[in-house]
Amino acid sequence: MVNPHWLVRNKGLLILLPSLLLTAIFVYGFIGTSFLYSLTNWRTLAVDLSLRDPLWRTYTDMLAMPRFQADLRNTLVFTILFIGLAVGTGLGLAILLDRQLAGKGFFRSAFLFPYALSFIVTGVVWRWIFNPETGINLFFDILGINQVLESAGMNPLSPGWTTDPEVVLSVNQVLAHAWPGGATFQIEWGIPVALIPIAIAATWQLSGFVMAMYLGGLGGISKQVRDAARIDGAGEFRMYRSVIIPMLTPITISTAIILLHVSLKIFDLVFAMSGVGPGFATDVPAIFVFEMMFKAARYNLGAAASIVMLVASCLVIVPYLVHKFRSRET
Amino acid sequence: MRILKFLPVLLLAACQGTNNQTDTEKQVEVFTWWTSGSEATALETVLDAYRVAYPEVDLINASVAGGGGSAARPILQTRLLGGNPPDSWQTHHGAELMEYYVNPDYVASLKDLYEAEGWYELFSPALIDMVSRDGEPYLVILNLHRSNTLWYNKPLLAEHGIVIEDSLSFEELLGIAESLQRVNIPAMCMGDTGIWATGIMFENTLVGTIGPERYLGLWNGTVSFTDSDVMAAIENYGRLLDYQNTDHAALSWDQAAEKLGEGDCAFYSMGDWVYGELIQNGLEENVDFGWVAHPGSEGTFLLVTDGFTLAKDAPNPTEALDLLRTMGDRVVQEDFNLIKGSICARTDCDRSRFGPYLQWSMDRYAEDVAVPTVIHGSAAPPAFQQALNDALTNFVVQRDAQAFAQTLAREAHAAGFGP
Repeated sequence: MVNPHWLVRNKGLLILLPSLLLTAIFVYGFIGTSFLYSLTNWRTLAVDLSLRDPLWRTYTDMLAMPRFQADLRNTLVFTILFIGLAVGTGLGLAILLDRQLAGKGFFRSAFLFPYALSFIVTGVVWRWIFNPETGINLFFDILGINQVLESAGMNPLSPGWTTDPEVVLSVNQVLAHAWPGGATFQIEWGIPVALIPIAIAATWQLSGFVMAMYLGGLGGISKQVRDAARIDGAGEFRMYRSVIIPMLTPITISTAIILLHVSLKIFDLVFAMSGVGPGFATDVPAIFVFEMMFKAARYNLGAAASIVMLVASCLVIVPYLVHKFRSRET
Repeated sequence: MRILKFLPVLLLAACQGTNNQTDTEKQVEVFTWWTSGSEATALETVLDAYRVAYPEVDLINASVAGGGGSAARPILQTRLLGGNPPDSWQTHHGAELMEYYVNPDYVASLKDLYEAEGWYELFSPALIDMVSRDGEPYLVILNLHRSNTLWYNKPLLAEHGIVIEDSLSFEELLGIAESLQRVNIPAMCMGDTGIWATGIMFENTLVGTIGPERYLGLWNGTVSFTDSDVMAAIENYGRLLDYQNTDHAALSWDQAAEKLGEGDCAFYSMGDWVYGELIQNGLEENVDFGWVAHPGSEGTFLLVTDGFTLAKDAPNPTEALDLLRTMGDRVVQEDFNLIKGSICARTDCDRSRFGPYLQWSMDRYAEDVAVPTVIHGSAAPPAFQQALNDALTNFVVQRDAQAFAQTLAREAHAAGFGP
């Protein structure tokens, strides 16, 4: 017979137990299993759980693959482009709405609406928009831009968008000088042009969310603060730059972290919009995981790539959570 | 004796049938990736034949869209690993069948069916050999596609004073491409949003440059991807890439076929599933379009097949066997292939029912050396197939023949067949 006092004393633990158990199995248990698979020889449909020799071989092989190097580059470039664009656009929209322009309620809903769509839908729509034959390139003809360019003796404007294999602003030379290992990269470290349309589509979808975050923050800034700034002689622009935006820093950090984990895990938008892209210009680790696991049946390689994705997310999320907990305790 | 092995399965299935289902309705589930246009229509002729013969069975068509099975296979794979197989599913012959399904023990031998139906006499021995391991066949082949055909737009070439004879050499093709480029017509049609489409042009050029014996050598470890003739093939392929339509990366393979039909480009090196596509677009063979063997590959038949398996633990084995028996039927194969744009796997089909191209393909199949396709998974294990696709994705942009060859050689070695 269990002592009733024990039950009472530990009721918190008992209430938590089912969810702790489920998390242990379905989150940490499966992370552990994936990690284990990444160390095995399992690379066909027949399950083979013998360990590789040397143990980290799958990881070293993977990092040597040009495709995976391109994936890491794309994640980095996409993250910077996407967060920059989304935070900038979202903040701009929030400030506009905060200035009590006409139709505020309508625009707030309109801007937030794309956030309600699924990435697959966004991806398909933007794929059509950026189709070089039938998409926005037609506007260059309709609006007469190309006629003007041609009469000036220049080439007509017809960007390939997601089909453009070019990588601009390559820093391979710099890397090769800065670090002896830099010359061994098999890919160009720069900005793949094809990623820009994808960053635009992602921004379109998520800037409404960023706007909502900032509107919340702006609502928390009291009128006295603005009045004080005005009395001190700050113009409207100066007030935003020196007072309001700095006061929104906590919101900016939270938003950036949330967007960051969207961009690290992104799959559906890219898959629908361009797939791996020409020369892996738009490939991302999640697509790599999918193709290695389910097309090539290389389970160890797919598992290794997903562990790398997990570690990348942890590098961002863990310091953020630690910071949150600390600030709550004080 | 073999039927004894089946008995427990049958009994089990019977028991499950009575337990799980309220009525005694029989069913069978078939899994394919034929969902578009001519493919779906062709599949329906087979399924209809089955429905007529076995009206009491509920036939479930569990098709998943996606060319070459790119989207269907992940779903099938998950079902197999999860112990919930469909009764029968589509696959290509050779390595894909063996590596994916025979080695991990997901499929049952069809030897009894072959013997009972007399198929050992009605399918060519070479073909049966391609679907067998240790003398046990594991696949019923429905159709044969030829991958190494070079299609061309006849009126477009005639307009520029070009007439194609029975064959075309690689130099002649380059010469024509050069002259077309001067009038701003891309010689080579391509739509490689699915990278396998350019892969077809690569393997066609590969077999056209090094010949069938050396090509087979790549898969049995006697030839390396870094050998000089293979390097020459990669260079040749790279030269063809120079004459592609510029929007190739935005098009799918069938959109490229449409471009060929409309005369926006002149040649298309692609398997004869293009034939079905062109016919469906209302074009007439030998009038609107013509064909030759891909340059250099005369005498070789790059073979792409579609066949169906029997799941080892099929929930409805009797019905599944009936379905496979239907698929091997002569009339069913004729009806199917007329729509699919391919030729019968059986050797006794009525030749007169087929048009000029398919008759040409039958003659070529009868005389040529049949070699397995790597792009459609027959020549090499799936891991290599993926590696080849990845290497092609890079090569199309970077054109680094050396890196391409070295990657393939390394991956061939890692996959266990390369030297």
